[in-house]
Amino acid sequence: MMNLEAILFYLFALLTVASAIGVVMSRNIVRACMLFLGSLVGVAGLYFLVHAEFLAAAQLVIYAGGTLILIIFGVMLTSRSLATHDEPRRREVWVAVPIGLVLAGALIVAILRRFDSVQTKAVAEVPYPTLALGQSLVGDYLLAFELSSVVLLIVMIGAAYLSKARPREPKDER
Amino acid sequence: MNLLALSASAIGLSHYLIVGAMLLACGLLCILLKRNAIGILLGVELVLNAANINLVAFNRYVAMRPDGKPVLDGQIFALFVIVIAAAEAAVALAIFLNFYNSMSSVNVEDASKLKG
Repeated sequence: MMNLEAILFYLFALLTVASAIGVVMSRNIVRACMLFLGSLVGVAGLYFLVHAEFLAAAQLVIYAGGTLILIIFGVMLTSRSLATHDEPRRREVWVAVPIGLVLAGALIVAILRRFDSVQTKAVAEVPYPTLALGQSLVGDYLLAFELSSVVLLIVMIGAAYLSKARPREPKDER
Repeated sequence: MNLLALSASAIGLSHYLIVGAMLLACGLLCILLKRNAIGILLGVELVLNAANINLVAFNRYVAMRPDGKPVLDGQIFALFVIVIAAAEAAVALAIFLNFYNSMSSVNVEDASKLKG
């Protein structure tokens, strides 16, 4: 009899990995974005299971609510017809799929060897995790926190500059 | 230790690491196989998520101070990764829009103007 944690873990893990495989397999970019949403939700569920509640919320709000919408806008702005398909070349599939399988297999074997007795005992929990998270953001990690705001400002200016509307070059036939 | 014994035991660090490894492989395959630049961006985001799962799992099962007090460093790292991923997506999409403006396509095979 599996307990609730195990059931939820396998549910979210299956959602995450199956959606990720779907992202790789799907030929339609809009469908890939939607499957990527499933993967993000699964990862957020895994965060909940390791008691990273704030991170799970941030994942849903920033990734699913912000980044993914941005990507979908990018898709809509850059494709002539949304149903465009891109087929990978057969030769590339024959090279890439073994690389991926070997990487996954090697990592899994390495994990099973290294952590041969499963470490299931969690370290003691921080009493108020979100409070502690906020305090270390303005404490130990203040410099990184401020630098990330500078990075975001630079990115905003850079993205606005790069993507400003420019007249289309007249001489392109495609 | 094999996968069968792992699936019978209670959920622990190895389970999360294996999910992370599979997600990393999917992301790498996505980067290698997609012709569409936005598909490649999706692959990069998958890889970042795989790294995040590892960070948070290690934070839960391993990380503590020498005096035994718990820490949240892994979660903070993951938070910064999410922020950087959002910034990276914004810049990448701006570049793709620029590329689309000049080439009318986001197929990476068309980006060959600098080819010798």
